[in-house]
Amino acid sequence: MNAYIAKLVAQRIALGLLLIFLVSIMIFLGTQILPGDVAQAILGQTATPESLANLREELGLNASATERYFSWLTGILHGDLGTSLSNGRDIASAISERLGNTLFLASWAALISVPLAIILGLVSVLYRGRWPDKVISAATLSAISVPEFMMSYILMYYVAVQLGWAPSVAMLNDRMSLLEKLHAISLPIAVLVMVVLAHMMRMTRAALLNVMQSAYIETAELKGIRRSAVIWRHAFPNSIAPIVNVVMLNMAYLVVGVVVVEVVFVYPGMGQYLVDHVSKRDVPVVQACGLIFAAVYIFLNMVADIVSILANPRLRHPK
Amino acid sequence: MTNQTKTSTYQRFSRKGLSRRSLLGRASVLGLGALIGGGVPFSAALAQEPVKGGILKMGLGGGESTESLDPAMALVQVAFHTTRTFGETLLDVNPDGSLDMRLATDVSSSPDAMTWTFAIREGVKFHDGSELTAEDVLETMRRHSDEDSQSGALGIMKGIKDMRVEGGNFIVELAEANADLPYLMSDYHLVIQPNGGRDNPGAGIGTGPYRVVEAEPGVRYTFEKFADYWDDSRGHFDGVEFAVINDATARNAALQSGQVHIINQVAPKVAGLLGRAPGLEVKSVAGRGHYVFIMHCDTAPFDNADLRMALKYAINREEMVDKILQGYGSVGNDIPINASYPLFDDTRPQRAYDPELAKEFYEKSGHDGSPIVLRVAEGAFPGAVDAAQLFQESARACGIPLEISREPDDGYWSDVWNVEPFCASYWSGRPVQDQMYATAYLSTADWNDTRFDNAEFDAKLVEARAELDQEKRKQLYREMADILADEGGLICPMFNDFIEGVSDQIQGWEESGVLEVMNGLAPHKCWLA
Repeated sequence: MNAYIAKLVAQRIALGLLLIFLVSIMIFLGTQILPGDVAQAILGQTATPESLANLREELGLNASATERYFSWLTGILHGDLGTSLSNGRDIASAISERLGNTLFLASWAALISVPLAIILGLVSVLYRGRWPDKVISAATLSAISVPEFMMSYILMYYVAVQLGWAPSVAMLNDRMSLLEKLHAISLPIAVLVMVVLAHMMRMTRAALLNVMQSAYIETAELKGIRRSAVIWRHAFPNSIAPIVNVVMLNMAYLVVGVVVVEVVFVYPGMGQYLVDHVSKRDVPVVQACGLIFAAVYIFLNMVADIVSILANPRLRHPK
Repeated sequence: MTNQTKTSTYQRFSRKGLSRRSLLGRASVLGLGALIGGGVPFSAALAQEPVKGGILKMGLGGGESTESLDPAMALVQVAFHTTRTFGETLLDVNPDGSLDMRLATDVSSSPDAMTWTFAIREGVKFHDGSELTAEDVLETMRRHSDEDSQSGALGIMKGIKDMRVEGGNFIVELAEANADLPYLMSDYHLVIQPNGGRDNPGAGIGTGPYRVVEAEPGVRYTFEKFADYWDDSRGHFDGVEFAVINDATARNAALQSGQVHIINQVAPKVAGLLGRAPGLEVKSVAGRGHYVFIMHCDTAPFDNADLRMALKYAINREEMVDKILQGYGSVGNDIPINASYPLFDDTRPQRAYDPELAKEFYEKSGHDGSPIVLRVAEGAFPGAVDAAQLFQESARACGIPLEISREPDDGYWSDVWNVEPFCASYWSGRPVQDQMYATAYLSTADWNDTRFDNAEFDAKLVEARAELDQEKRKQLYREMADILADEGGLICPMFNDFIEGVSDQIQGWEESGVLEVMNGLAPHKCWLA
């Protein structure tokens, strides 16, 4: 039966790779159909026929679209993302730093929010309909209802300005120790945790309640097992698949969707980097960022799929 | 063709780059004698002796991850500040409008203002250890003016016919007389670099009091004191740090929580509130930037002078300053010049909101009563949409139907501004009146965004440029202002202030309306208490 699981997993991975390949084509086409040609967009008002011709030559725009696509793809496969048009810096090194920052923030936010969401979900099922359930739901739902920037400003005002506990600007540098870094990003982490918590916690709660209505749970209860043990031992393992899915969606959000939080806390992540370059029509950077975001999204969803497969009791316990 | 291209490069950079910043400022009277006599050394009244040491931290809006350290490419505010911090120009403009000799020790001109000689300071070291020479100056100016230059100072360099070095002097020959040349040479792009910065434009090597240590575009810049700096009276900090904080609220919070000492671009809406916070002060300085509504004088219905006049009387300038700038600004008078400029005639009568006159002109124009479309985007200037609505209301009271068409920010400067016949826009001002008029109101200017074509105006502009008699020059500028205000397509309701937040720990602050945050010289002139 393990061979069957291995096959399913291999299929998922192959599908993921195919998807990234398709996305790369779409990103390339997307940047090609921008109005005007790329050289014109870069030079704008300053374009003269000669400078346009020079730039087209330099960018290799005279080759056919297919050729350009494959040379771009080959470059990426060799780890060469090209150089930025606006300031001539190497994209790979610029992105690796920004991506590192984004992942640092996202992983700490995930490290706190995922266990917290699941524990809160379990607790609210345990006390379903009683006050802990209601308090948890009310608190997390109000946190998610406040827009991120508002939440950021509120925290900034009370925690940073009034109390002075944490910096309002999340600036990182290499000389900082891990503890200093965590202190610097404590407010953005807090905001992100509040933003993603409710979604995951509600999903955990709903998935568990769904399973709790099954006949075998009733049997377990009739056997006299404690309710907490029923939830943890019998219900939770069978609701992992939907929980993992929503957890992965939220983690993907933490990586690709936190532009607002990055801007407000001046955090040097990917989002701000992408936005700056889009407004400058810096096509190679936009392509590279787009591809990385897509890859992160696809990878996390692939992990969710694989975990669901592995967590499927029908596969784990074949007859 | 080449000249056309160059002009538009410069203008595009200045427009997008110098957002809400004016070039040069608060000059009282331009004294040519003072120029020739070697300028006035920096002598602001400093109450206390400067204290050495400490790190200055500034939180700056207007930074992008796409910028580089090349002074020629400095477009946005943060690039302006980095350039000012590591580099120096031949001259600076003092807050009172006089010239400060920096890398030049003396400026003189031939009597016809065609040939200018700059004596270059000796014993000045670049951050790479090499010594400043007149050749470095020449190469710098060449790099900013040659064929394939993309420098933001290209428009300034256009009038130069020839440049050369004689001994320790740098000599400029002009194609036509220009009494304002020393002011133009103070442009912040024209940072003197070794071999003109040709070897590595983005290396950030200059002669300034601070050396670039780390440059992360769009994130942060750090500088350390340059030990061999030539001027002991400046550069009191051990180091300087810029944090790029584009979000206005985050900038305020960083200042309030003490993470930074100085922030730029405080929003008028919150300036009053921020000023009440403890430990800091909000500084408001009159500048040259102005917000405008512009009509194409050659396009119907705006080709009708009476309709243009009707609209000029139908706008309430006082209300705009109160509601859009929250009082942090001053009223405009339908010319792009205010008292910050040298040779400004303050006896010109102020045009006011006058519904009766507006009605009269509107009826005289014979306009068919169809709505007049005003195009506007929030990015045209802060509060542009609100300002357009105020304009619509005040015009309605005069019986003039304005229709506001909201345009997207993206593409506004390429698709609407200088294309559509009536829209909102802004200007950041120029060092001298001549340059402001030549950039946007000369009939042949690429950026003649009101399509103003007046032979008399053009002739006076050229005449004033070569005129060395300051009284005659002032008279010429007055006459030009009258022509433009009465016949032009410019409705200028307001000039905006620079509003900055400064911590109480900062000493040595001086008001300078030249450019924002003390004309970029806070790291040079301030110190920590």
